[in-house]
Amino acid sequence: MFLIKYIKEVFGAIRSLLVGMRLTGYYFTHHKEIITEQYPDNRDTLKLADRFKGEVVMPHDEKNEHRCTGCTACELACPNGTIKVVTKFDITPEGKKKKAIDKLVYHLELCTMCNLCIVACPSDAIVMAPTFEHSVFDRSALTKILNKPDSKIMEGVE
Amino acid sequence: MWSLTDITGRLDQWLNQTFSSTWVLVIEMLIAGVAVIGLFAALGLVLVLMERRVAAWIQIRLGPNRVGPFGLLQSLADTLKLLVKEGMTPSGADKFLFNFAPYIAMMVAMLLMAPIAFAKNFQLWDLNIGVLYISAISSIMVISILMAGWASNNKYSLMGAMRSGAQIVSYELSAGLSVLTIVVFSGSLNVTDIINSQADGWWIFKGHLPAWISFVIFIIAVTAETNRAPFDLAEAESELTAGFHTEYSGMKFALFFLAEYINVFIVCALGAILFLGGWMPFHIGHWEAFNHVMDYVPSSIWFFGKTFFLIFLIMWFRWTFPRLRIDQLLNLEWKYLLPISMFNILLATAIAILGWHF
Amino acid sequence: MFEEIGTTSNGDLQINVGPQHPATHGVLHLVLTLNGETIKKVEPHLGYIHRSIEKMCESLSYRQFIYVTSRMDYLSAHMNNHACALCVEKGMQIEVPERAQVIRVIMDELTRIASHELWWGAMAMDIGAFTPFFHSFREREKINEIMEETCGARLTMNYYVPGGLMADLHPDFQKKVKEFIIQFKQRIDEYDQLVTGNIIFQNRMKGVGILSKEDAVSYGCTGPTARGSGLSSDIRKLYPYAVYGKVEFEEILETGCDSFARYMVRIREMKQSIRIIEQLIDQIPEGDFQAKTKAVLKLPKGEFYTRVETARGELGVYIVSEGATTPYRIKFRSPGFSNLSALDSMARGSKLGDLVAMMGTLDLVIPDIDR
Repeated sequence: MFLIKYIKEVFGAIRSLLVGMRLTGYYFTHHKEIITEQYPDNRDTLKLADRFKGEVVMPHDEKNEHRCTGCTACELACPNGTIKVVTKFDITPEGKKKKAIDKLVYHLELCTMCNLCIVACPSDAIVMAPTFEHSVFDRSALTKILNKPDSKIMEGVE
Repeated sequence: MWSLTDITGRLDQWLNQTFSSTWVLVIEMLIAGVAVIGLFAALGLVLVLMERRVAAWIQIRLGPNRVGPFGLLQSLADTLKLLVKEGMTPSGADKFLFNFAPYIAMMVAMLLMAPIAFAKNFQLWDLNIGVLYISAISSIMVISILMAGWASNNKYSLMGAMRSGAQIVSYELSAGLSVLTIVVFSGSLNVTDIINSQADGWWIFKGHLPAWISFVIFIIAVTAETNRAPFDLAEAESELTAGFHTEYSGMKFALFFLAEYINVFIVCALGAILFLGGWMPFHIGHWEAFNHVMDYVPSSIWFFGKTFFLIFLIMWFRWTFPRLRIDQLLNLEWKYLLPISMFNILLATAIAILGWHF
Repeated sequence: MFEEIGTTSNGDLQINVGPQHPATHGVLHLVLTLNGETIKKVEPHLGYIHRSIEKMCESLSYRQFIYVTSRMDYLSAHMNNHACALCVEKGMQIEVPERAQVIRVIMDELTRIASHELWWGAMAMDIGAFTPFFHSFREREKINEIMEETCGARLTMNYYVPGGLMADLHPDFQKKVKEFIIQFKQRIDEYDQLVTGNIIFQNRMKGVGILSKEDAVSYGCTGPTARGSGLSSDIRKLYPYAVYGKVEFEEILETGCDSFARYMVRIREMKQSIRIIEQLIDQIPEGDFQAKTKAVLKLPKGEFYTRVETARGELGVYIVSEGATTPYRIKFRSPGFSNLSALDSMARGSKLGDLVAMMGTLDLVIPDIDR
């Protein structure tokens, strides 16, 4: 009786090992499921999701106009002090003073991509861009000014 | 037909005509030494690449594919990196033993090359106790591991070395007993005789059940003896970081690494010689027509084919199974493998005496 | 207090496992007292990845502090965010739209599967099998892609806000989740073939790391660790939040009390998570994904506590408010810390190799322990 149990044990053990080997053997001979991304080579075909939170950008249209009013809602919403809005006063044709942005300074090195600034922005001036290749040799290159030089606020955005 | 035997024969003839017999011996030994070192390096490169490829394909990855065409030069690049790396010696280590241990590991692996028959009549040293010689020399490997573990002055290394000692000493028994089964069948310890006894069929086909059992036990035991997963307790990455070679770096680490792969090659070659006929082509009894066709494939291809098949089998184990625990490892040997091989050798002896094998 | 690290007075060996060690999956530091291979004492040392998240939260507003909690137990980021959002909602008495609640549950369960996938691979690697790690990451990648599409990130999503969700679902979400479910059901059988049924694995897991039900209670273990000892502790069943009260699922209980029981709890939990997702994926109600909330959130004066079931166990969020825009004090009750404290009693008397397996079955995430 003991001997039968012993032999059964040995065969059960060998069977369980063979089941595992069958599975790994299957994957050894079937390469179609390989999931490795050949990263630098597949740069052209690599597409991230539209919503991927890579960095904050400020879209400008072809007339070099943006939608930012300089309300500092993003600066207040940011948990890390990533965004700094520097405002100036433009003189409108009617001769009135109008608040506008001078610079919107964005510290990519501090950003955690939490999306709170985008949600807070009342005029949809900033969006998240699906970029991810952020590495630079100098840390100061990560401090970016989001509005382009000589850009103006779009007509009708208050 | 072109064969390695012709080349060695002609070389020997030419040397004997040109030089005196003493010089011939010296030159031939030098050539043999260089050939072994060359084979050693080549095998290391090939086996490391093979292991990485097998692992990658099992793990639905691609494996090395950047250095050279299809990544073939990857292990060459790794070797270069290890060569230029600084070989650190820890301040608390026993410097002589620490630096000496990797050379012992390599020397053992080189010595083991001697009686292996790589092709028909192509052997460094056809000594009459070839199989016993391999069993004896391969146990010296444990000394280098113990030496490395002790001299490192590191607790992880020490534990790895002690585990390895217990492991190799126990698994030597069943490896030896399964080798004995074939020795009983063939009636000789000589490698050439064993291969020649398989001219009408390999022992794994001729030897019935005992040959099968001893083949399985042999594969398990040599996997344990070469410290490879699922028996890699001496290294046990997740437990002992790197076990006995935790403190080794650079070329000294590379020598351990190489020695491991060469040992795998040697034991698989031994397995191929004992159970799969070494360089002997696949013959079926005395069916001359079939045997003749098979003879057209060069004997070295037969040998390396079989050896690499066994190496693949061992790699397949490694990338499938989890590691055993130290007490389970010893249980497996003393409670299962050893009794089974004892029983098996009795069975084999009975079959050999009654002449039931073909 | 600190003895000299080396050898104890009675000749036992002391070794440091960590803070840099392959088995600790992070910066956990264990000081082991060993007699040969047998463990006599395990002493965890913490603090290597302490980032004072609780203190940081005190200076952040109620909208801002949620993103920090993704970085505690980064493998169940959604559940951490859920707990915080629930706590703020409880204080503000915000009614979360049904759609947001259902989506939250689906996301939570996807995260739970992803977390258990990673645990499965990492634990198999701890006991020496390397292949399962890559196989489990293949499925986890699918979940990450789903998350990336909807939440915009793969690990620290910050998708939940007080009052609902940050954005609506991606149009492809339901289709992709359904594809994933079909694929995952086939894969989970492969897991059993590769690891669960394996004789070496079973011998390594059965009968080691015994944590009795009484010990599980007294150490405050929760989650799969406690349920492996037969202790009913599933917050989703005991104190249902979101729509967990309306879906059908089992609380997995195993009575083995050993490593294998804890392993089986997690494997079976993955199947239950699939069951929950299957019930909800076609029933996502139409409507708003976010309740209307004020621009500046101010919790009324008082103390608020909520808890959720993360992949590791019970996560509690305790907020003390003085009525300002920032919390006065925040305390997180993390599951990993309590589970780790049981390690010493589990490991005593077993072998060194088993310790690694036990740590694997506790599913430790070190940033969750230290915070």
